[in-house]
Amino acid sequence: MTTLPLHGIAGAAGLALALAVPLGSALAADETPPAVEAANHEPSIESQSWSFTGPFGVYDNAQLQRGFLVYKTICANCHSMRLLSYRNLGESGGPEFSPEEVNAIANEVQVTDGPNDKGEMFQRPARPSDPFHSPFANDAAARVANRGALPPDLSVMAKARPGGPDYIHALLTGYRPAPAGFQLAPGMQYNVAFPGHQVAMPPPLFDGAVKYTDGTKPTVDNYARDVAAYLMWAAEPKLEERHKLGARVIIYLIAFAVIMFLAKRTIWARLHGKAAHTA
Amino acid sequence: MADTTHVTPAQIPLPDEDDSSRRDVIMIAAGGFAAVGLGLGLWPLLDQMNPDASALSQATTEVDLSHVEAGQAITVMWRGKPIFIRYRTPKEIDEAKAFPVDDLPDPIARNANLPDDAPATDANRAGKDRENWLVMIGICTHLGCIPKGQAIGDPKGDYGGWFCPCHGSQYDSAGRIRKGPAPQNMAIPPYAFTSDTKVKIG
Amino acid sequence: MTHTSSYEPSTGIEKWLDQRLPVPRLMYDQFLAFPTPRNLNYWWTFGGILTFMLVSQIATGVVLAMNYVATPSMAFDSVEHIMRDVNWGWLLRYTHAFGASMFFLAAYIHTFRGLYYGSYKAPREVLWILGVLILFLMIATAFMGYSLVWGQMSFWAVTVITNLFSSLDAVIPGLGTRLVQWIWGGFAVGGPTLTRLYSLHYFFPFVIAGIVVLHIWALHIPGNNNPTGIDVKSARDTVPFHPYYTIKDGFALALFALFFATFVFYAPNLLGHPDNYIPANPLQTPQHIVPEWYFLPFYAILRAIPSKLFGVAALLGAIIVLFFVPWLDTSRVRSTSYRPIYKWFFWAYVVTCVMLGYLGSQPPEGIYLVLGRIFTAYYFLFFLVVMPVVGWIEKPKALPGSITESVLGPEEAPPATPQPAPRRRTPEPVL
Repeated sequence: MTTLPLHGIAGAAGLALALAVPLGSALAADETPPAVEAANHEPSIESQSWSFTGPFGVYDNAQLQRGFLVYKTICANCHSMRLLSYRNLGESGGPEFSPEEVNAIANEVQVTDGPNDKGEMFQRPARPSDPFHSPFANDAAARVANRGALPPDLSVMAKARPGGPDYIHALLTGYRPAPAGFQLAPGMQYNVAFPGHQVAMPPPLFDGAVKYTDGTKPTVDNYARDVAAYLMWAAEPKLEERHKLGARVIIYLIAFAVIMFLAKRTIWARLHGKAAHTA
Repeated sequence: MADTTHVTPAQIPLPDEDDSSRRDVIMIAAGGFAAVGLGLGLWPLLDQMNPDASALSQATTEVDLSHVEAGQAITVMWRGKPIFIRYRTPKEIDEAKAFPVDDLPDPIARNANLPDDAPATDANRAGKDRENWLVMIGICTHLGCIPKGQAIGDPKGDYGGWFCPCHGSQYDSAGRIRKGPAPQNMAIPPYAFTSDTKVKIG
Repeated sequence: MTHTSSYEPSTGIEKWLDQRLPVPRLMYDQFLAFPTPRNLNYWWTFGGILTFMLVSQIATGVVLAMNYVATPSMAFDSVEHIMRDVNWGWLLRYTHAFGASMFFLAAYIHTFRGLYYGSYKAPREVLWILGVLILFLMIATAFMGYSLVWGQMSFWAVTVITNLFSSLDAVIPGLGTRLVQWIWGGFAVGGPTLTRLYSLHYFFPFVIAGIVVLHIWALHIPGNNNPTGIDVKSARDTVPFHPYYTIKDGFALALFALFFATFVFYAPNLLGHPDNYIPANPLQTPQHIVPEWYFLPFYAILRAIPSKLFGVAALLGAIIVLFFVPWLDTSRVRSTSYRPIYKWFFWAYVVTCVMLGYLGSQPPEGIYLVLGRIFTAYYFLFFLVVMPVVGWIEKPKALPGSITESVLGPEEAPPATPQPAPRRRTPEPVL
């Protein structure tokens, strides 16, 4: 007669619950860091629906291409993305521009190279292997051009803020007139999503600012959505590969666990010969 | 906690060797699965040492040749390797053309811009429609030293090309091995002239 | 280890090696034939899981080190280079980063198991002390590893925690400041700090591995504890480690790996902090400096004490007190299963640790600070008051006669005396 290991079961159940709750919400929310409230004036960040959330999430190539267009047309004037190279735009799991399109995108940009044999630096068209051209030579130059504020690099921005792409979308669509009584510092803009509600960046998007060629409506909301998805890809270019490999690894581990459980039971059943056993 | 009946593992006699050697199917399946998993898990640890995506992305180098005169040679870097670019004189070109290809120690062109079996004629070694230009990876095919012959005062060997000081390999004015332990002609990298004075390598 | 060994080398090579360096014999005796109590439950599988995690962290760490650059200008970028360009780099990095959390999860479960079942009591005191030492080294290693990313959280965590040593200025003026500058290699956290953190982060896991060897050695002298807490009395109480516990540990490891993989592949940044994706900026402090979850209970204890010096003392004391547990607990029985009064205090301690963890993530003000102080008080009371007093006054439940009796029931168990005329294989000379 074996005693039920009640405390063991309770402990295991408690542990499973303690772990399942965050795991469940994690799988539901997947990649986006949970949004937290600011110390004062809770920022308003709505959850959007994205193609890449959840364990089966994938990027929408067309959306990433539109998002890149928004970045290139508007954001790239102030924000660098120095951790990306032009060749990334053609790699699988991303916008997947064709090699010709990648070449064309790169060739549009002049980058500094050198020194040549005369010891001089010179300009040449970018190649796919080059990193994204930065709008300013350094942080000091960026500040001078932006009234002292430094436009941050956007390479990993979608992972560097609570709320991730939800936050980026909320920020870009969150410009409003300051409410009565709100002390807005000179040169700042009121934004419902930015912590503290004052942001130095003027509203970058307006309807029709970027020409979409695939029929998507050229609205601020769509621009914000597409560029947020693009920034998510920029921060996590391996997401699709990770999800795909993950499915295989988990299936393998489930099968392995089942086999190990059956093997364990087979081995321990040998003790039945002597007498009843405990697991 | 004095426990006089405490028996340490050292004192435990061993059980019968009855079932330990039984091989169930499930045990073989478990062992097989574990071995496969271990192998698959090991692969990323090894593959990460292979050249990464940034190294693989075709790094290209553009070279400006406008200041190179006949009889001169320059060396540039491409993918970490020295590239010999020589502006050959007519005498050097004629000498290279005169030698029968079949008598060469290595009759294959070793030109990345041509099929693998192209013969090592001077035309197949020099620039396409630009026979006075020779663009070559300047690494001796014996054991990897960098041959002499680029600078004006350098020894060029008996064939007017390059001389490797490490073990004495001698290359002709088309960069083909003529004498010495090197097994192959010096390799020609992928390249193309983008204008009369600019060449893009890689 | 002096005793009989049943190992019989079968092939020529085994015989040859056995006479020169008997490693196969050692492995056979300690990990195949080793007599292990037959009643170990799944809480005992975490030792094997921890061994796997140490190997996993070292393996992924060594290959990450092939691609990482430990200078302030390149550290953050080199990690992103690993994530983007190095073959499988994203997988190696996420496995290593999340693996640290899994390592601590297993270590905490393993430790709580030891506390609950009295595995620290004589004659296993040294085993327990080695375990606490491993935990201490793990904490240091994880702290250093996190700093290498050189994100905002990395940089400021190092600044804040190393600055704690300046509290020694209250004891000897100037000592703390000198000590902190020595740790930093400068007047602030910078390049020299990063390179030495890298060097030590690579080094410590091998020290841990060495102490793990001692830990297993110290275990194998008295043998494993078991859920009843009573000693093995005869061979009937045991089974050979292989195949019974190799297969059970393997099954538990498969489940653990499944749990691990779910996070690595589907929520790898869940336990991280977004601020660490911002490159370190020495001129701007994050709004809330928060350590990784496995440090949160200690962080709460540190911030519960108003004085800087005594806060640091409490932080260190929270770990150091663990070393003394074998002597603080006065109970005559090992396993909490047979200690009806102590059991409540034990679970209150578990709740305390979980609550301190939550409170460590909140700003130390208002109700959070009040609760932090209450739970900190209980944390220390548990070790310094409950363990000695309750163990002394409590009347434990009746223990089973033997391990086998606890498994099979009293009517089927043979008398709990050692078998007469034990069979022994060819006895080896005592070394």
